Amino acid sequence: MFEIAAIVIVLGAVLVLYRAIKGPRVYDRALAVNVMGTKTVVLLALMGFIYERPHFLDIALVYALITFIATIAFLKYRETGGLD
Amino acid sequence: MDIRAIITGILLALGCFFIVVASIGIVRFPDFYSRMHPAGKSDTLGQLLVLSGLMVYEGFSLVSVKLLIIIVFIFIVNPTATHALAKAAYVSGLKPWKKEKGKND
Amino acid sequence: MSFILTASIMFAFWILLSGEFSFILILSGVFSSLLVSYMSHDLLIGKGDIKLGLTRTIRFIKYLPWLLWQIVLANLDLVYRTLHPKMPINPRIINFKNDFKTDLGMVILANSITLTPGTVTIEVNENEFIVHTIAEEAAQSLISGEMQARVKKIEGEHNV
Repeated sequence: MFEIAAIVIVLGAVLVLYRAIKGPRVYDRALAVNVMGTKTVVLLALMGFIYERPHFLDIALVYALITFIATIAFLKYRETGGLD
Repeated sequence: MDIRAIITGILLALGCFFIVVASIGIVRFPDFYSRMHPAGKSDTLGQLLVLSGLMVYEGFSLVSVKLLIIIVFIFIVNPTATHALAKAAYVSGLKPWKKEKGKND
Repeated sequence: MSFILTASIMFAFWILLSGEFSFILILSGVFSSLLVSYMSHDLLIGKGDIKLGLTRTIRFIKYLPWLLWQIVLANLDLVYRTLHPKMPINPRIINFKNDFKTDLGMVILANSITLTPGTVTIEVNENEFIVHTIAEEAAQSLISGEMQARVKKIEGEHNV
């Protein structure tokens, strides 16, 4: 059951990857990367259940934090040209 | 078969459906602003359903509390990140796509 | 006061995340929660009074079921628009006046707009909200002002 869900989510991530490669603008790519981040969090949680290792959830939590900060930092860099 | 496993299966199936629809929407929609709609909404609901399915499977324990923290966090963060992206694109002067041709300029 | 409150919240969060009770872990938890609350105790609690924050939290919890229902409606609408072969979308940008007094009200309304049918917030400033709608008929609860009234109810009559 969890394996099927994980495979379906990976297929969705491949679709989003198409948008990240195609573009056409940098904002489309940033949006695609942001969505991929959410999918990765869900995938990590599912993998924790597949391999029966609850510590994967901590990784998922930290990954959610990192994706958000990465998106905001990238946008701030685009807007102001620096991170000060 | 356990009733809890059935509920988990239904929630996982619904969540995967919404996540895949969000991906299709991001590929299909014509411009950046309409691509934000699936990214902001369907992805949020999809992760809510999948992770609450895992919560039902696990029962009440420390693991499900962690799952709840992840759900609430993504619920706050995902619309905020979408909003930040939209604002950056709007400030940079990206024009939205319109249905009628010739009205775009 | 805010220092002690932040420290205890941080320590409870540490226990929740670690889930183990060995001596060295508890000690490092106490140390790091004290350090974090020394550096940033004015960020979490702030200068507003705690009683008002509590009533607002309760009002927000009352607002949640309506929001969840709207999210479900939004997703069904979006699934229809995504999977329909002709893609019945007609995007527009609409503006409306921002008459909220607090940052909290603006944040809740902006995130609610993004999560509810057919609309995504683009920009919020002191004067107006700029909102992208995917089709005009999808944005009814926003144009009729129902959502604004509900969020105003959370905000209450205070100015802070």
